[in-house]
Amino acid sequence: MDFQLTEEHRMVQSMVREFASKEILPVAAELDHTETFPQEIIKKAAALGLMGMVVPERYGGAGMDAIAYVVAHEELARASAGVQTIITVSNSLVADPILRYGTQAQRQRYLPGLCDGTRLGCYCLTEPSAGSDAMSLSTTARRDGDEWVLRGTKAFVSSGVEADTCIVYARTGQEGARGISAFIVEKSFPGIAVGKIEKKLGIKCSSTSEIVLDDCRVPADNVLGDLGAGGKIALSTLDGGRLGIAAQAIGIARAALEDSIAYASERQQFGRPIAEFQAIQWMLADMATRIEASRLLAYRAAYLRQQGQRYTKEASMAKLFASETAMWASHKAVQIHGGYGYIQDYAVERYFRDAKITEIYEGTSEIQRLVIARNVMERVQ
Amino acid sequence: MANDVWVVVEHESGQPKKISLELLGRAGQLALALGGKAVAFVPGRDVSAVARALGPYGADIVYTAQDPLLEPYTADAQTQVVGEALRKEQPTLVLIGSTAQGRDYAPRLAARLGAAIVTDCASLEVDNSSLVATRPMYTRKAIGTVMYASEGIRIAVVLPAVYPVPQADPKRTAEVRAMRIPLDAKQIRTKVHEVQAIKRETVPLTEADVIVSGGRGLRGPENFALLDALAKALGAAVGSSRPPVDSGWVPHDYEIGQTGKTVSPQVYLACGISGAPQHLAGMSGSKHIVAINKDPNAPIFQLADLGIVGDLFEILPKLTEAVKKAKGGNRD
Amino acid sequence: MNIVVCVKQVPDTEAPIRIKPDGSGIDEMGLNLVMNYYDEHATEAGLRLKEQFGGTVTLIAAGPERTKEALRTGLAMGADEAMLITGPGLEQSDHLGMARVLAAAIKALPHDLVICGKLSTDDNASIVGPALAELLGLPQATAIAHLEVDASATTALVHREVEGGVEILEVPLPALLTVERSLNEPRYPSLPGIMKAKRKEIKTSTSTDQKVAASSRLTKLVPPPKRQAGRVIEADADKAVAEIVAFLKNDAKVL
Ligand SMILES: Cc1cc2nc3c(=O)[nH]c(=O)nc-3n(C[C@H](O)[C@H](O)[C@H](O)COP(=O)(O)OP(=O)(O)OC[C@H]3O[C@@H](n4cnc5c(N)ncnc54)[C@H](O)[C@@H]3O)c2cc1C
Ligand SMILES: Cc1cc2nc3c(=O)[nH]c(=O)nc-3n(C[C@H](O)[C@H](O)[C@H](O)COP(=O)(O)OP(=O)(O)OC[C@H]3O[C@@H](n4cnc5c(N)ncnc54)[C@H](O)[C@@H]3O)c2cc1C
Repeated sequence: MDFQLTEEHRMVQSMVREFASKEILPVAAELDHTETFPQEIIKKAAALGLMGMVVPERYGGAGMDAIAYVVAHEELARASAGVQTIITVSNSLVADPILRYGTQAQRQRYLPGLCDGTRLGCYCLTEPSAGSDAMSLSTTARRDGDEWVLRGTKAFVSSGVEADTCIVYARTGQEGARGISAFIVEKSFPGIAVGKIEKKLGIKCSSTSEIVLDDCRVPADNVLGDLGAGGKIALSTLDGGRLGIAAQAIGIARAALEDSIAYASERQQFGRPIAEFQAIQWMLADMATRIEASRLLAYRAAYLRQQGQRYTKEASMAKLFASETAMWASHKAVQIHGGYGYIQDYAVERYFRDAKITEIYEGTSEIQRLVIARNVMERVQ
Repeated sequence: MANDVWVVVEHESGQPKKISLELLGRAGQLALALGGKAVAFVPGRDVSAVARALGPYGADIVYTAQDPLLEPYTADAQTQVVGEALRKEQPTLVLIGSTAQGRDYAPRLAARLGAAIVTDCASLEVDNSSLVATRPMYTRKAIGTVMYASEGIRIAVVLPAVYPVPQADPKRTAEVRAMRIPLDAKQIRTKVHEVQAIKRETVPLTEADVIVSGGRGLRGPENFALLDALAKALGAAVGSSRPPVDSGWVPHDYEIGQTGKTVSPQVYLACGISGAPQHLAGMSGSKHIVAINKDPNAPIFQLADLGIVGDLFEILPKLTEAVKKAKGGNRD
Repeated sequence: MNIVVCVKQVPDTEAPIRIKPDGSGIDEMGLNLVMNYYDEHATEAGLRLKEQFGGTVTLIAAGPERTKEALRTGLAMGADEAMLITGPGLEQSDHLGMARVLAAAIKALPHDLVICGKLSTDDNASIVGPALAELLGLPQATAIAHLEVDASATTALVHREVEGGVEILEVPLPALLTVERSLNEPRYPSLPGIMKAKRKEIKTSTSTDQKVAASSRLTKLVPPPKRQAGRVIEADADKAVAEIVAFLKNDAKVL
């Protein structure tokens, strides 16, 4: 057993930390307040290999492992959870399934662009009436000659506005998971459009929108994986995606802790720094402990993934615990900051708003518990 | 081997620089402790005026080494001339100012002579006949004590403003001796095209007793005029934290801190500077610190002797007027 | 153009340091060690010249085995090769000793330019660069803030910050340069760069220099004297001005 990050992981950590603190952190508050998509940052991230982290070098990626991914995404989210969302969606929910399920031609067509930042990915699973119960989705795809024709509306698509390469799940057969297929849909295909753009509580620089498929025509070559395998692809992709969200939550929680430590040692009340009050110290201690536990869960899930083992349960545990930690820690951070925590001059109110999403997307906390319970009970049976 | 303590004098327009006078003062004290003489060594094109000025500040002997090739300064010429002089006279200790020149040639000189060298000295003491220096290390997160080996010539590159300029004694004179040191144009491999003076009406940072320094709180390049005005009234230098440099409001040589200059003036007046550790690395050795900041929680207040919570834009113009008045008052 | 860049591994300046209880040095346990800040600028300078003129950038470091990590950072930025000199005597060595060890290794390499950082952020000595220039018999320019090499790669035109101005200096190659931070903005080591660096071999040699015995040594390290917070006053501008003037007069005695 070895609890050390490797030299390579530490290099990734220090590079991404520096990148995030120089290029993202100084503009994070402004990106949030103005709800601006960080075009320039994504370009720079791509130049550093962050848009294709786990994609092998032969497809233009960096060929790194899953632990490196978690390490890097904690750093990105430490600076801005919104920016990190954009990057993790394109990496883990788009490039990753194309790599694992795509044909050689699909990999060659899409991966280099996703890695070098000329393409950006989005993931279209959720529908207005199919959220937690994603497998009940009702978007349909019907075959017409060499093409498939897609019809339906996807909801809450992260980067839906800016992305050009979409993984769309649609029904090609029976009800339930086995009747779903995955498609790679380019925004330039006829019949795909951005619908309603949502106004959100947090991660405001990442757009969230509807994607409307109005008889959108997709070449038959763009089916991802086997027909009817969409349900499996969607769920296995989310295992990897949840590592990204766990890392995001850890980053937010760490930001909350770091800002709180700095503030508590500077802010004086009753003639001394508030950090000297035990009530404050206990909050800091609990924050630090929960963050560490989250990180260990996430590293281990990533480790299992890179060993080629099943890690569904572990990914859910990491995502569940980390996201609840982010929510809790950012809540305490606002408390430690008192009134200043409630106003936008300090970053903790942003962490507080950003943290909430980690308990919702890529499976709510309830759904994570469901997945975990199903897995642990399976073992008992 | 003589127990003499040398100062290699830096000068400008026929005047010794302030740092060299500071070192001369210390050289006198150290020479006394070591049982030698305080010797000033003045290399340059025409240094007779400089040489004459040094006796009153404590030099027992002044050596001059005049050669047109010594101007403008080059590491090659300076190393050659100072090196040969040291070889010949073998003093026990050589003090060199930590300036753009000193930091440039002193290590080269040490390598040539195989002499022990300690840079960034914030103090130099003779302790039981051993020579001991202290110096800031780890970006001023620690102070190191360094002991010189006892053999051979020892070189100390000393920070500005750690020793006071001695009171000049006009009656005191030093013996001035000219040294002939061969210098060949071929030995000088680099060529100085020019030294572009940056026009500034305030004192250089490293020579100032008072530094007024501005940070991000100044909001823009135009507002440095507020600091310039105050600095002129005080006879002070103007410095900055890093953001004004990175934003291009002021040149890089204003920067004080870990990646800028280390200063230790009598008074450091920080305006609109929060007091990040990297900034403190350059100024926490100041004798007195005054801070003006509108944020009562700014970390700079934790080390300021006098902290003013307030708006610098309101305070600075009034302060300049008040200083002018106070100075005027002194003159009457 | 053959460019040699000297690299040192130092504690990350972002983090606090712990001084050993006996004051003999700092406690390295749990310390994050990184490439010296100014050496990143030196590496960047080398890489830009390589992009302009072709050739190779070779990194060289003297230090313990762990120094390889700093070298790997430079390889990940794009340097071609890296070598490490280790040796039992190195730990006792002072800066001149270090320069001697580096000089011996660099002499064996083709070098049109040797580039160092202007200082290292651990002991702030800025000795190794100019000392190395002397030992290699090269002309030098220190703390440069601007660098242009002419098309035939025979001379470098550099700017150095000096008190009250900028010195514009011409240096014939081969030469040694030490660099200021304003020279350039170092690139980040990219992720593909990190993967490439991982596969590169770092050549290690052992210094046999017996003369590294130091001519100066650190005998004690203490934290800087802690400054006490003084008075903090919240007052209107007139009152504030009066306080400052009184302070300048009575406490600091500069008025
Ligand atoms: C900002 C944002 C970005 C998003 N990005 C994407 C994206 O890029 N791609 C995409 O496909 N989707 C995305 N989503 C959708 C997201 O994944 C869903 O919102 C999420 O899965 C929950 O679905 P729902 O909103 O329909 O809630 P519902 O499923 O209606 O859930 C409502 C509540 O009921 C609970 N609940 C539901 N079922 C159960 C059960 N069986 N047991 C116990 N409790 C249950 C839930 O936990 C929740 O508390 C995004 C959402 C947001 C807000
Ligand atoms: C490797 C590295 C090296 C560094 N080296 C250095 C260095 O050498 N030197 C350096 O300074 N920094 C350095 N830094 C940067 C350092 O970390 C800080 O970012 C910097 O010192 C902050 O500068 P500041 O105090 O001017 O700005 P801020 O931290 O932004 O503070 C501005 C201050 O101005 C105050 N203010 C604003 N308006 C007013 C007003 N109207 N009246 C009064 N007060 C006002 C604010 O309250 C605030 O406290 C370095 C950083 C790194 C990573």
